[in-house]
Amino acid sequence: MIELRGITKAWPGGAGVQALDLSVPEGECCALIGPSGCGKTTTLRLVNRLVEPDAGSIRITGQDALAQDPVQLRRGIGYVIQEGGLFPHRRVGANVAVVPALLGWDAARTRARVEEVLALVGLDPAQYRDRWPHQLSGGERQRVGVARALAADPPVLLLDEPFGAVDPLRRAQLQQEVLALLKRLRKTVLLVTHDVQEAVLLGDSLALMRAGRLVQHAAPAEMLARPADGFVADFLGADRALTRLGLFRISDVPREAASVPGEALPEATTLRDALSAMLERGVTALPVAEGGSLTLEAVLASR
Amino acid sequence: MIGWLRDHPDVFLEALGQHLALSAAGLLAGVALALPAALLLARRPVLAGWVSGGAGVLRTLPSLAVLAALLPLLGVGFTPSVVALALLALPPVLLHALVGLQGAEPAAVEAARGMGFTPLQSLLRVELPLALPQVFAGLRTAAVQVVSGAALATFIGGGGLGDLVTQGMALLDTAQLLAGGSAIALLALGTEAGFGWLQRRWERA
Repeated sequence: MIELRGITKAWPGGAGVQALDLSVPEGECCALIGPSGCGKTTTLRLVNRLVEPDAGSIRITGQDALAQDPVQLRRGIGYVIQEGGLFPHRRVGANVAVVPALLGWDAARTRARVEEVLALVGLDPAQYRDRWPHQLSGGERQRVGVARALAADPPVLLLDEPFGAVDPLRRAQLQQEVLALLKRLRKTVLLVTHDVQEAVLLGDSLALMRAGRLVQHAAPAEMLARPADGFVADFLGADRALTRLGLFRISDVPREAASVPGEALPEATTLRDALSAMLERGVTALPVAEGGSLTLEAVLASR
Repeated sequence: MIGWLRDHPDVFLEALGQHLALSAAGLLAGVALALPAALLLARRPVLAGWVSGGAGVLRTLPSLAVLAALLPLLGVGFTPSVVALALLALPPVLLHALVGLQGAEPAAVEAARGMGFTPLQSLLRVELPLALPQVFAGLRTAAVQVVSGAALATFIGGGGLGDLVTQGMALLDTAQLLAGGSAIALLALGTEAGFGWLQRRWERA
């Protein structure tokens, strides 16, 4: 659990963070979004005290973060930055072992854990452990960055634009894998991103900031359906209704018993993709592979 | 010149030995001052700016002027020569190391801090290793300057190959003059080539 109360940080230049209240329940992922300079990265860096607040309180898993030694605090929080921030002068294995080394783990335990987390992020330890960061692709570097953040098994992770440097084709797959991994490990995550689609995919809640203030904090489906004001609506984009349909699957809505002709879609298909198929085929009902059919009315009713 | 060398091998070898000792001691002393200074200054950008400026001035001073200025302070002989050579080695090592430390990949330094490195751990385990290529480049420049500069030690009684040149001039002994002069030139070229080779070898490793 991450709990920020009345957090304020003023920068000499202006836009900092003002009287921010935000909590992320245990095991959930909160995606911080907003335009450049809105204070989302500052908020993230306040949590591990790379930035010290002027006022307010920060609690992490129930403990007062401001009362702890910042260096010790950071060793207990996973931190992933854009492009991974790997140490170019150390091999992959040594990079992943950084926090266990700081915590003074013995060699055998560290070695076993490095293999475990590399496998978790989908990298074969035998193949990758002894490589140098410059020998990896952007996506592989990012995986190593995630493995490094997970190495000491921290309950809380901070992700700052973690997929920004990964090419778009690989990004979607990496997002899905990381999402599944974080859910499985029940990590409490604060994610900063400028990409609404990414925030909607990964976030259990979205926190939209503007000029240092939290404008709206809600579940993705809620925020997409009911943006608090015009700014939120604009930020989410004119296609926000479509984005929202991407959150639901055919199996989430009622369907007609009678089948219709045409190529059937599996019920795991998102409503967004189903609607796209209707537009493409020029029909108002689609057969579902598991039986029955999906009608346009059912899609519309999902609002 | 070859004839002179054949007739005075002991004189030549003694001068060469002195020259190498002066250079090594001066370079080591300079590095021993410059590296800790760079580490201390790495996190103090304002002070680092002032010191860089000072080092830049020191760099532009002619070596002979530095020797002359040290004469009344430290007297003559081996030690004052080493001090002068250390002053010669200091600016390139310090400036290169500072550039390297301050330019160390920001993402790696940020990650180090965010994962709970203390400032000292980050400096020694991340920033310094990342700055090593720059530090080595500074070392190479300093070594060449020190080997050339050591030729001037003769003017304050420090010995070295410069002695052969000054004596050759005083005695109008062209052969001795050339032996000293060529040896200094070859030594400087050899140092440059040797450190360059080490640098390439090390970068490939």
